[in-house]
Amino acid sequence: MEIFVCVKRVPDTGENEIELDSGSNGIKRDDLVYSINEWDNYAVEEAIQIREKHGGSVTVVTVDNEEGDEVLRREMAMGADRGVLVMDKAFEGSDGRGIASILKAVVEKEHYDLVLTGVQADDGAAQIGGLLAAMLGWPYASIVNEIEILDEKKIRIHREVAGGNLEVYEVDLPCVLSVQTGINEPRYVPIRGVMKAAGLDVPVYGTADLGLSPESVGEAGATVKVKNYFVPEAGDRAEMLEGSTEEIIDKLIDLLKSKGGVR
Amino acid sequence: MALHIYSYILHNKGVIDDTAFEAISAAGVIDPDASITAVAAGSGLDLDAVCNQASKHYQEVWKIDSEALSYPDAEVIRRLLVRIIPKGDIVLIPHEHFGMDLAPGLSVMLDAAYLSDAVDFGGIGDGRLSAIRQEFNGQVNTQVECDISNGAVITIRPGSFKGDEGQCANGPIVDKTSEAMEGGIPAVGRRFLKFVEAEVGEIDITQSEVLVSVGRGIADEDNLEIAFDLAKVMGGDVSCSRPIVDAKWLEKERQVGNSGKTVKPKVYLALGISGAFQHLAGLKGNPFVVAVNKNPKAPIFQAADVGVIADILDFIPELTDKINEIKR
Repeated sequence: MEIFVCVKRVPDTGENEIELDSGSNGIKRDDLVYSINEWDNYAVEEAIQIREKHGGSVTVVTVDNEEGDEVLRREMAMGADRGVLVMDKAFEGSDGRGIASILKAVVEKEHYDLVLTGVQADDGAAQIGGLLAAMLGWPYASIVNEIEILDEKKIRIHREVAGGNLEVYEVDLPCVLSVQTGINEPRYVPIRGVMKAAGLDVPVYGTADLGLSPESVGEAGATVKVKNYFVPEAGDRAEMLEGSTEEIIDKLIDLLKSKGGVR
Repeated sequence: MALHIYSYILHNKGVIDDTAFEAISAAGVIDPDASITAVAAGSGLDLDAVCNQASKHYQEVWKIDSEALSYPDAEVIRRLLVRIIPKGDIVLIPHEHFGMDLAPGLSVMLDAAYLSDAVDFGGIGDGRLSAIRQEFNGQVNTQVECDISNGAVITIRPGSFKGDEGQCANGPIVDKTSEAMEGGIPAVGRRFLKFVEAEVGEIDITQSEVLVSVGRGIADEDNLEIAFDLAKVMGGDVSCSRPIVDAKWLEKERQVGNSGKTVKPKVYLALGISGAFQHLAGLKGNPFVVAVNKNPKAPIFQAADVGVIADILDFIPELTDKINEIKR
């Protein structure tokens, strides 16, 4: 099973408060702690587990600048066989369709049976897998929380739907799946793996390597563009309890009593 | 020229989904002069009931009726829609599990722009639609512009628009089955096998009046004990957000949210929960919500009645002790 996993480097919202940069209409990125998108990490773990059981290889791919190298090496240290950094000035400002069309070109450079993405990343769009599948003309399933390889031609998957219910499908290979968190327990990155991954070669592909015209991707080819960032209106913000911890707790208990939370 | 907008209708067991009415409001914000057509796929009496409900509020309803669609598969529906929806128009789809399966690929097949998870819209200028999205787990909003000159497929976050049920349109129901089915049911590379209902566990948080709900802020499985202690003194139950279930620290049956349970307690303590919309979607019945989080920018403070900025690992035991003291 030759598996292709799309990954993205994102600001870790657990570690950061995202702040606006009034100068650039963007967010302040300099001090942000970045890590791999959580959903993508589950996708890589799933790919590694499939390879361990059924053989084949795991290739992790990201469209980024040179900083993307670190995320690829992290996933290679976890056990991915190789990483590909897709980087070109012309790719900057790509929208979802742009990223998907770049990834399509990378997928088509070689033979793959299965393409995995995370369900969503920092922009919450949940779009790359579905766009990529349609561009490739491959079957697609989103929000997948179980994958079982039936044979070389087909797999059985569970999709997570509302209320914790599941849909079960049989899907023909090659296909694209978007992977949900909780599908597995991603392994820790072993120190030995880090050292091994540091010595591996990570090829870099640009527009010329992929046969893409610069005007079809990046800002030039984007139909969806972010114009401005702003903080959500704080109109209905909670009444914040302030004071010493003891004062706060006293106020809170009074409120809870009146609402039936403390009897 | 006024836009033509299509709205894909979700339904279950003959009952139309609330998102069908929210889409009418959304379409009105996109373009007040737009004409709106509902598109519903399914089979038999259930589908007829849904189309009748839709026609009260939509100017026109298209139906695709086939036994093969009694459990709609997004891979099939996408190909049917491409046969009937003209290129260049706008298609609205709810941003939930079915829409996430259906929508991105539909935009590719219609050669249209794809705009995901919109929560609001500005106006249209120069062939561009202004929309509001959320990024970074709800910490930041973005204003985006979408070039709709070749049409667009847009997913709408459920609950972002007020359902417009007031208008009486009484639109005609147009049977599009033969047009959509020309050439038969499209061949697709995936087959629906079965639907599996969530297991019923030992605890039913949907019946709890007081929920002590924990999220990532609990930091370690061993710390869950403090949440159970607090729930005990409050006479409530422990629930949680998704990351706690992903980490296998608590059972799935305790998860509140879109992919978990919908709860309706009187009091909801959101402890170390950031407040992603998928979590808040599971909170109904207007409970009194207390949020405790060390990040003052956590979106949960927008949804809570009362907020405390604190580390829950320190705050919870103190609160438990104090309540115990009072009760003694």
